[in-house]
Amino acid sequence: METTATSHHAPPQGFLRKYVFSLDHKVIGKQYLDLALVAVVIGMVLSWLMRFHLGFPTTAVPGLGKLAPTAAAGGVITPELYLALMTMHGTIMVFFVLTTAPFAGFGNFVLPIQVGAEDMAFPRFNMMSFWVTFVAFLVLVAAFFVPEGPPISGWTAYAPLSAIGKDAGPGLGTGQTLWAVSIALFCVGQLLGALNFIATTLDLRTKGMTLMRMPLSTWAWFITSVIGLIAFSVLLPACILLILDRVAGTSFFIPGGLVVSDRLQPHSGGSPLLWQHLFWFFGHPEVYIAILPGFGIVSHILPVFARKPLLGPKVVLICLIAIAFLSYTVWGHHMFLSGMNPLSATLFSVPTLVITIPATIVVLLWIGTVYGARMRFTTPALFCLGFISVFVSGGISGFFLAQPSIDTYLHGTYFVVGHFHFVMGVAAMFGIFAGVYFWFPKMYGRMMNDKLGKLHFTLTLIGVYCVFMPMHYLGLAGNVRRYSTFTDDYMKGSLPLHRFITIAALFTGAVQLIFFYNLIHSRLRGAKAPDNPWQATSLEWSTSSPPPFDNFGGHHPVVTHGPNEYGVKGPTGDYIMQASSDQPVTS
Amino acid sequence: MTAPASPARTGVWVGIATITMSFAAYTSALLVRQGAGSDWQHFRLPSILYFNTVLLLVSSGTIELGRRRGYAWLIFTLGLGLLFIAGQVLAWRNLAAQGLFLATNPSSSFFYVFTVLHALHLLGGIVALGYVLVRLRAPTGGPPLTALGAVSLYWHFMDVLWLYLLVILALRL
Ligand code: HEM
Ligand SMILES: [Cu+2]
Repeated sequence: METTATSHHAPPQGFLRKYVFSLDHKVIGKQYLDLALVAVVIGMVLSWLMRFHLGFPTTAVPGLGKLAPTAAAGGVITPELYLALMTMHGTIMVFFVLTTAPFAGFGNFVLPIQVGAEDMAFPRFNMMSFWVTFVAFLVLVAAFFVPEGPPISGWTAYAPLSAIGKDAGPGLGTGQTLWAVSIALFCVGQLLGALNFIATTLDLRTKGMTLMRMPLSTWAWFITSVIGLIAFSVLLPACILLILDRVAGTSFFIPGGLVVSDRLQPHSGGSPLLWQHLFWFFGHPEVYIAILPGFGIVSHILPVFARKPLLGPKVVLICLIAIAFLSYTVWGHHMFLSGMNPLSATLFSVPTLVITIPATIVVLLWIGTVYGARMRFTTPALFCLGFISVFVSGGISGFFLAQPSIDTYLHGTYFVVGHFHFVMGVAAMFGIFAGVYFWFPKMYGRMMNDKLGKLHFTLTLIGVYCVFMPMHYLGLAGNVRRYSTFTDDYMKGSLPLHRFITIAALFTGAVQLIFFYNLIHSRLRGAKAPDNPWQATSLEWSTSSPPPFDNFGGHHPVVTHGPNEYGVKGPTGDYIMQASSDQPVTS
Repeated sequence: MTAPASPARTGVWVGIATITMSFAAYTSALLVRQGAGSDWQHFRLPSILYFNTVLLLVSSGTIELGRRRGYAWLIFTLGLGLLFIAGQVLAWRNLAAQGLFLATNPSSSFFYVFTVLHALHLLGGIVALGYVLVRLRAPTGGPPLTALGAVSLYWHFMDVLWLYLLVILALRL
């Protein structure tokens, strides 16, 4: 309940206030992005370990035997360790990368500037949002350092496995408790963030910035925060009940008469399916929390480089809202195999198919926008095109999975792994990359190297297709997921393909070094960025690079145009800026 | 733009949406859980809850009086809020004396979850009200009038939420 937030504040003094416990949305946005960067490195290393073991099941990972003498005696990963790696990989990636970077990171940095505000509506809550998320991350990572190690129940933490405690397996004692506490904290952090996004968008828009003049990127963050608000306020209760089952002896999720590790569990009557419902009521919207900012980013960036207005911006907006709404009606498609009656399965299947319609319309409008355009093939433009490619490739497999009869076969297989890595993992990552290459000049006042960027894009695109396309075939061939080795029986034949995927994954990972090098080198030595290097229209480009503390140097921009004025006769080129008749003060 | 009036109010509305959603989740958990096992035991709600309800309802009136007539009523409201929480503590002790603890039975589990979470949220409102009171006393005056509006909105919501919870608990436990 802070109302002083937006009235002229002076830049803070001192290192702590300026860079650590900063109230400035720009600093907080960068902190979120840096957190995501740390998280993605950890998550990627975990995936390499898993991939290495899948491709070379009997070969020791150099050095691992020393790091984990019991879980990987002699350096060969045990099935238990494999599951622990998988759980941590999924949790870190979904929560601390795909939620923090596209939503909290870019949203924090860009949204207030794009609506012409000096800061978020509640800067103190905003700071808390980051620090609570940061603590959540530390709590999760702490699971690596407790005696039994991290939990082995997957990022979905299905009960009763996740609820019983120690008896259920290694890591399901302290490790799983840390997991539940971490995710509960994460929910609190993101709720505080969503609160800010909503209040800022509704109340702090500058003069002339009507809702219909808001760039689609800001619209997407706004819609995402509404989704997040609902989703995280359901996951938080779920985590609290899970924690109570684990530490206080309640029986929300644990049925009676359960004997695990030869011990009768002291619980009765709980419902494991209750966890699944609560989790997926959050979980499906969560996948849209990861991807909708990417939709916004692509809709925002494509016209800049196509030098043409986006086709049907209102239709895109309606589709985004439709997706948000529908995303709450489909969670049961993750539970087709839970013994659900066929009628319910159909009731979940239909909206799942319906939700592909708005997504398809948006993709067609993007393609229509670049059709016949004289594209400027910069790195951010390429990543937007790549986004469309991988999103379509991953989306198509969704049509199959949406049908209960087909999903019965595919649910437990690599087909699903291929599906969600394309559509969620890689597409969202491409959105993040597009955003980094696009906004880096605004964030740091320096340009990124475009040649390296293109190399990074090309090799990454090839790499991810080599990694995730074959997974669909593996799945169709009956290759189950969440197993650590495929050396026995009927799965023997899949080993060469797994080996190929592993090599492609290590290659794709190595390619990211180009990106890291570019990031660090450009931050220190990149060419100085002009205020508007891309000749874009939205408000962040009418202030200096980087923007002053209060974003517009004591000035309140007045907006007279929509964000979509490309390919027209403007005062400085083929575009008209949103605040074009305004005199920006650039320091 | 210089003195935007509404973010505090918008913020509270967003908060209300969040809290409503989370209690909807708890409620659906209760309904599912009650149907899932055959171990649900009914018990009588401690009668002090009804007395507490009256306290909370009155406090919603006094906070409105406070907004119009001044400071003293706000302090009175704060006192009623604290008294409500004290009353809830008595209710918990009453149940504990009957041998009903958090993990005794799913019905008692939900009782504690609902009432403790509501009390924590109300405590948040009490802290916010205290903050506004301190600010009102400060010589600079300033923004608290909108903040007071926001706090009282939240306070009324706590009231409505409690009535809803009481009905659910009375019907289901
Ligand atoms: C084209 C529209 C889409 C359809 C029809 C669709 C359909 C499905 C279905 C039916 C499943 C359940 C498969 C199973 O577990 O057996 C599934 C899983 C999944 N989908 Fe999608 N999906 C679509 C788009 C997306 C998007 C856009 C994302 C993320 C940005 C996404 C992320 C996921 C994830 C993460 C899972 C698996 C979670 C797990 O089991 O660990 N999907 N999808
Ligand atoms: Cu889904």
